[in-house]
Amino acid sequence: MNFAQWLLALSSLGLALLGLLFIAALMVYGERKILALLQDRLGPNRAGPFGLLQPIADFLKLLTKEHFVPPFADRNIYIIAPIIVPFTALLSFVVVPVSDDWWLADLNIALLFILALSSLRVYGIMLGGWASNSKYPLFGGLRSAAQMISYELPMGLALMGVIILSGSFSLVDIVAAQELPFIILQPIGFIIFLVCGIAETNRLPFDLPEAENELASGYNTEYGDIKFAFYYLGEYIGVLLIAVLITVLFLGGWHGPWIPGVFWFMLKTLTLIFLFFWLRTSLPRLRYDQLMNCGWKFLLPAALINLLVTAFLGLFWMEG
Amino acid sequence: MNKKQTNDYTLALIKGLGHSLWAVLRHAFVKRETVSYPDIKRSLPLRWRGRIVLTRDPDGEERCVACYLCSAVCPVDCIHLQAHQNNDGRRYPETFSIDFSRCIFCGFCEEACPTLAIQLTPDFEMCERHHESLVYEKNQLLIDGQGKHPDYNFYRHAGVAIPGKAIGEAKGDTSPVDRDNNLP
Repeated sequence: MNFAQWLLALSSLGLALLGLLFIAALMVYGERKILALLQDRLGPNRAGPFGLLQPIADFLKLLTKEHFVPPFADRNIYIIAPIIVPFTALLSFVVVPVSDDWWLADLNIALLFILALSSLRVYGIMLGGWASNSKYPLFGGLRSAAQMISYELPMGLALMGVIILSGSFSLVDIVAAQELPFIILQPIGFIIFLVCGIAETNRLPFDLPEAENELASGYNTEYGDIKFAFYYLGEYIGVLLIAVLITVLFLGGWHGPWIPGVFWFMLKTLTLIFLFFWLRTSLPRLRYDQLMNCGWKFLLPAALINLLVTAFLGLFWMEG
Repeated sequence: MNKKQTNDYTLALIKGLGHSLWAVLRHAFVKRETVSYPDIKRSLPLRWRGRIVLTRDPDGEERCVACYLCSAVCPVDCIHLQAHQNNDGRRYPETFSIDFSRCIFCGFCEEACPTLAIQLTPDFEMCERHHESLVYEKNQLLIDGQGKHPDYNFYRHAGVAIPGKAIGEAKGDTSPVDRDNNLP
């Protein structure tokens, strides 16, 4: 690669990063507005027109706070842990195709790449809870680890159905194969992936690692200032990632009539993000044992059966 | 758990999920409960326990007789006063200060006050940047009006003799018993 190509690659990466951070900031605002809408409130409306500058105000507040590390914490890990979470979530977006000719990288193992990064994201939360050296974060980190292990399995197995149908790990190929969205061919896989995705991003009703009531916000109890902002950013980027992945894997990505593919992509993603916020304000948090039961006794067998049926059908379909 | 029960449980779970999602979504079209406070100010009830004032009687004199009951009853000891007596026998507080940074607005002082002088008003907007600014002195507490109890004058009903009113001349008061002629 010559200099111009490097420059192009780096600038497009930088633009994507800036765009994602901007979207994450808007999501924070959007979540607060939607929660307010569904709870008979007005939501943020003071900073800027309609409160649109609220995320900037929040960010500046967190940025100007004292950079405090508790004296009992494991200093290095305590500082590194919150960086892992948004880093891994942001990196996953490299392989996501937004439109039929618009993506940063087309890896032939894109799905494995995303699954690997989402497994790594657990370390950010677990190490943060561990390094805080305090009881609530420790429990939050433990729960996070257990939850992620329980939900990675059915998540990966639910994706196997999609891979069998499309015959590829590359997200671009998977979307290209969806003239008929996979939600119709793989309804069980879709539901399993949706549930696991919510569990993966620690959103309600599966936000056990940061249960405010019993764990005093769990793994990030000891975190303040910009380190807390990193966790927060990671959570919202994670939500966006899951929404984008469901769009790409099950809802047919850019496919859709009449309007350009990018807008279809955005529309589907926004609907899913709204669903996430809607679920957050509607459902109570599950108990820990209920969560584990649901993961191991219901989702995993369902994912296995789904994989088995899809594999059989795929076998005859491909032969015939 | 047998199979029938499991099915009922799953069905109830799905129905409950749908029901709560729908119930929440309906709230998107409900009237907002929020009052945009600095723009729209709700009128507070008259018995709201807010900023404390010292009132005057209808004649324009201070009602407070510096009895120290408010100071004594105050659970956080935020009322400080110094009694004084003028030439015609009326007691009044020479200084009177309330530390609103300690005040919990419990209203005990109002209940303890025998002359209805100290009263809590429906006003809570008293933010300051410094604690010292929240210590209100007598000139900040004393108002010209009669507050919640108009036309009430402690000295016209009972109490010690003051110029223009001997003991026994007040409203509903009986003239004092002559000890020497009250023998059986």
